[in-house]
Amino acid sequence: MTVAVDQSPAASIRLKAGRRGRRLDSNIVSYLEALPLTLILGAFLLLPILMIAVVSFWDYDFASMYPDFLTMNYVETLGSWVTWKTYLNTLKFALLVWMITLIAGFWVAYFLAFHIRSSAMQMVLFLVCTVPFLTSNIIRMISWIPVLGRNGLVNSTLIEMGLIPAPIEWLLYSDFAVVLAMVHLYTLFMVTPIFNTLMRIDRSLVEAARDAGASGWQVLTNVILPLAKPGMAIGTIFVVTLVMADFSTVQVMSGGQSASVALMMKNQMSLLQYPAAAANAVVLLALVLLMVAGILRVVDIRKEL
Amino acid sequence: MSKAAEIDIVSVTKNYGTTTAVHAISLKIPAGSYCCFLGPSGCGKTSTLRMIAGHESISSGDVRLGNVVVTDLPPAKRGTAMMFQSYALLPHLDLIDNVAFSLKMKGVDKEERRAKALEMLTLMQMEGYATRRPAQLSGGQQQRVALARALITDPEALLLDEPLSALDPFLKIRMRAELKKLQQNLGITFVHVTHSQEEAMALADLIVVMNDGRIEQAAPPRIVFESPATAFVARFMGDHNVISGKVSGHDNGLLKLDVADGGSFAATGELRQPGEGADIAIRTDHVRIGEASQPDLGFTGLVSNIEYRGSTVKLTAAGAGTEDFTAIVRDRDFFATPIKVGDAVPFAWDAGDAIVLGRLDS
Repeated sequence: MTVAVDQSPAASIRLKAGRRGRRLDSNIVSYLEALPLTLILGAFLLLPILMIAVVSFWDYDFASMYPDFLTMNYVETLGSWVTWKTYLNTLKFALLVWMITLIAGFWVAYFLAFHIRSSAMQMVLFLVCTVPFLTSNIIRMISWIPVLGRNGLVNSTLIEMGLIPAPIEWLLYSDFAVVLAMVHLYTLFMVTPIFNTLMRIDRSLVEAARDAGASGWQVLTNVILPLAKPGMAIGTIFVVTLVMADFSTVQVMSGGQSASVALMMKNQMSLLQYPAAAANAVVLLALVLLMVAGILRVVDIRKEL
Repeated sequence: MSKAAEIDIVSVTKNYGTTTAVHAISLKIPAGSYCCFLGPSGCGKTSTLRMIAGHESISSGDVRLGNVVVTDLPPAKRGTAMMFQSYALLPHLDLIDNVAFSLKMKGVDKEERRAKALEMLTLMQMEGYATRRPAQLSGGQQQRVALARALITDPEALLLDEPLSALDPFLKIRMRAELKKLQQNLGITFVHVTHSQEEAMALADLIVVMNDGRIEQAAPPRIVFESPATAFVARFMGDHNVISGKVSGHDNGLLKLDVADGGSFAATGELRQPGEGADIAIRTDHVRIGEASQPDLGFTGLVSNIEYRGSTVKLTAAGAGTEDFTAIVRDRDFFATPIKVGDAVPFAWDAGDAIVLGRLDS
């Protein structure tokens, strides 16, 4: 009874006020927690993209840029057959590298996930896959030169073995070299998400399929591949966006004989044609976003995130 | 579709590296019977089931299904179908494609296999959900689909790995009844792995109690319950007090047993050499409160716990060489002479309710 008497209106109001104060506090705390990432993404992602979009409409000459609202940069970019050829060339690289990394990545991930029994060994072998990443992209790329060069390891070995009379010319400074280096650089981006997806497949599904009479190949095509799709989609997004934005690999490995969109932008920037490069960047961004949207439409990756 | 097969397991052993999960067990499961493998986790019951199914290689020994030795056959060639503990429904396929999976693997064309799958789903009363994905179903519904998928292969024996363990208690009892009905309708052999005595008692024609990779007892439920073969079975089934001691002799066809703290008990059963160790079991629900007709058919114990269970009352007492001697008495008998914790109470039973247990290695 005494407890009931104490519950006067004033007391209960005080109680409510105290509670509200605490809830506000916890709201502030969650905003504070979200603040650093918001700042970083805002300052280093949204703002630059916004600036690029704005600059792409500006006017320019050989010396400076003039704030304006012109569609000239887009008209020039999209109206030039060089742009179209470069985009096609970049898409060709993206397609080739995607296909090769998808097959190689799935192969490696499948081996790691289904053929290595102990999880310790799985981790060790997975770390072995990441060892090349301990050096920089540039070094890994450049180290192909002594291997593929005219008098490089491959050519001299083949000649000494008497298999070829003269060095193969297309090993280095060719599209072959570009694709090879890109596959080398980006396969791990395919292995990791696919491995992750494969590890989550319930092993009893494979047994159930076997119980239903599926052969090894049928288990692969009817159970594992469909269930690995989200991992493949994530890997595809990584590889495609990386290849579409690549300029250094193309420049170094093709010896300047092949072009990519990013390389074209780099050249425009070195000529101080920033608005033209910006327009190009917006077009590339739109294209890549469309490709990603297309991938997400085909495959539902929500369960993987 | 009733072509049940007898399952004959002949000294089957399973080794994992240096540890032996199953020790040369032999068992005959009659055609068309419902057999439950019962035991604590790690007793080898699931390994045995998986060896019958072909998902685990057999280290030594043979498994025969009907007239075929299936030891080296792949799972799908054995005429068995397995239902997995987690049901293992393929998450990317709808129910029809899940059920039709084995037909697809055989290369049956699409229309035919979908029609057959729908027929199986109808048998399981799941036709209304045919186009859903497994994740959209409840546990009980998933189980029905898993059953439909297993039965579409027209198996001679259905192997179920803890099929009811993922369900809530109410559903468990309902699905249990459905399983039993299904087995009776189909007439095929069911082998069901479980760790629940209640489930095994309710379902089985043949209970196989396993412990530590060995079969302790394989018998119909009533035999397992009324005359457990070993101390393990008596303890595991849970309705017996097990008292261990040394044989001191026999009298009137009853075995006499001395226990460590000085008591002496008589029990019916196989006679043993004096001095040998032996275990006896006393049905908890046949223990009375009262003076014994002869001194070795009862003792006086200190009550340590009283549990009211409605129609019965469960008393736990210390004495007779055991800390937790259990007596289940009818509520009427208990409340006629109420007892408190700490009271010294005489317990008694009839000679026929104390039985001598066997030992595996003797």
